[in-house]
Amino acid sequence: MTLQEGLAIATAVDTPKKPRAPRQRFSLGSWLLPVYTALALVFLLIPIAYTFIFSFNDSIKSNISWRGFTLRNWINVCNAQDVCSAFGNSILIGVTATVIATTLGTMIAIALVRYRFRFRSAVSLLLFLPMATPEVVLGAGLAAEFLGAGVEKGIGTIIIAHTMFCISFVVVTVKARVSSLDPALEEAGRDLYGSPAQVFWRITFPLLLPGIVAAALLSFALSFDDFIITNFNSGSATTFPKFVYIAASRGIPAEANVIASAVFLIALVLVVSQQVSAAARRKRLARVG
Amino acid sequence: MAFSAFATGTAQEQAPRRKSRIALLLLLPGILYLVLFFLVPLVSLLITSLQAPSALGDIGAYQTAFQWQNYVTSITQYGGQILRSFFYAVLATVFALIFSYPLAYFIGVKARSWPLLQNLMLVLVIAPFFISFLLRTLAWKSLLSDESGFVTGLKALSLLAPDAHFTGTPVAVVFGLTYNFIPFMTLPLYAALERLDTRYLEAGSDLYAHPFTVFRTVTIPLSMPGIVSGVLLTFIPAAGDYVNASREFLGGTGTSMIGNVIESNFLVLLNYPAAASLSIILMVVILAIVTVYVRRSGTEDLL
Repeated sequence: MTLQEGLAIATAVDTPKKPRAPRQRFSLGSWLLPVYTALALVFLLIPIAYTFIFSFNDSIKSNISWRGFTLRNWINVCNAQDVCSAFGNSILIGVTATVIATTLGTMIAIALVRYRFRFRSAVSLLLFLPMATPEVVLGAGLAAEFLGAGVEKGIGTIIIAHTMFCISFVVVTVKARVSSLDPALEEAGRDLYGSPAQVFWRITFPLLLPGIVAAALLSFALSFDDFIITNFNSGSATTFPKFVYIAASRGIPAEANVIASAVFLIALVLVVSQQVSAAARRKRLARVG
Repeated sequence: MAFSAFATGTAQEQAPRRKSRIALLLLLPGILYLVLFFLVPLVSLLITSLQAPSALGDIGAYQTAFQWQNYVTSITQYGGQILRSFFYAVLATVFALIFSYPLAYFIGVKARSWPLLQNLMLVLVIAPFFISFLLRTLAWKSLLSDESGFVTGLKALSLLAPDAHFTGTPVAVVFGLTYNFIPFMTLPLYAALERLDTRYLEAGSDLYAHPFTVFRTVTIPLSMPGIVSGVLLTFIPAAGDYVNASREFLGGTGTSMIGNVIESNFLVLLNYPAAASLSIILMVVILAIVTVYVRRSGTEDLL
């Protein structure tokens, strides 16, 4: 996932649902739009289907033409060793960057909603700009800084870079949650003589948790799929996308398709289960209301 | 809208006056981080862009100078790639808008009566995000290669120009940019259309407006915030992208964009001043376009 993808997701997640509209009758041809939508969605899914299907290809070196079905690639993913170590690096970088960015971003989000302070618009601008800057500029800028400071590039510099671009997305995602938090709940905690720490950890934090989890998942996804910024700041270290980029000229091993497909399936399960639980929660709320 | 997420309107009014020392403690680490790893890098880019080759003449060694001619050199040497980047990005943005609007309209307006279907379609729109950006581009490369049967199939459906070559051409690069950034366009459009009050459309048709007139005078203006967000979210990454245009992916010899030039100057040729000056040019042009565009489309409060 690239930065703007994250922003696009954050946009859609942020949208409150309008009450259900009555069935509409204005249509330019009542079948034209549904058919177009179905075709458009199929079109969007073509490369995914291709990647998934070719993860089962009985390929020898390059995975371009279909040579027969096999489960070998799925069973022995780590046969292509460099794929697996690149994948491991991506997980390590993703988890570390996510933990740091989620912590820093959540703190900023709370401060933005709950406190008044000077230079507020400057802070907002500083948070907005990384999302509006092309990734190639972010990547080249950091690389120029590391070069000037004489820092050797590697996994550490990749983590620094990923944390940087994840913070803004964490702030956007968590801020929405903080704004919707009812301050009366925390007041109640204070009225019952809860210490500030108790009020935070037993009331505020649990209520913010869904937003924080969403932000962490978004960060991880952004970090995991980032290539452009990584490429400038990785030195000799490889991540999964960088492995794919380097391998592209000589042919991608089918194991890379296996990893991408597995990640895809996990992400899909996470999103669908989140949707289902959100729908269930809405239903419960509707019943109570 | 995403771009208004940081607008200082309502939150500021609601924010109670509380101990600002806590605010400072909460803000400081994150803001310091962004200063150190976002702002300082931009400054280093600026400094690097003005550097001159070191007196010793080593490759990749530069010394601080004020060589503004670097910008002139970059523009004269890579003017073609700079213009091409913006041309490709504009095309990809326009195609993505044309592709996404009906899709977002169906999901956001027509499918409102079926929330489950609506959610399913949204998941399908964002599904490409979950498969590696590079692998889905490579998938298109294989699918659209000259040998693939898929190309002939698409030609039969006349979804493709009857061109023998596809990969390695500007058409393929614009196609790849469009495909990869379609979800960026669809999601903000969906978010805007989802909030569209359909009673306005009813009012339009009750007043005997032609469906097209209703669309042009009611639907489009009401979904303008979504269009602006979508255009920015598509245009910015498309202009800076160098994966689609690279020769290993969908591009060829004559398709390299500004991102490709920055990458090769920085990582291969070790010509840091050229890479840095091109990055600054890219950023300034994008900021200028974004400012003008947002002003003209009349949604200034978006930023």
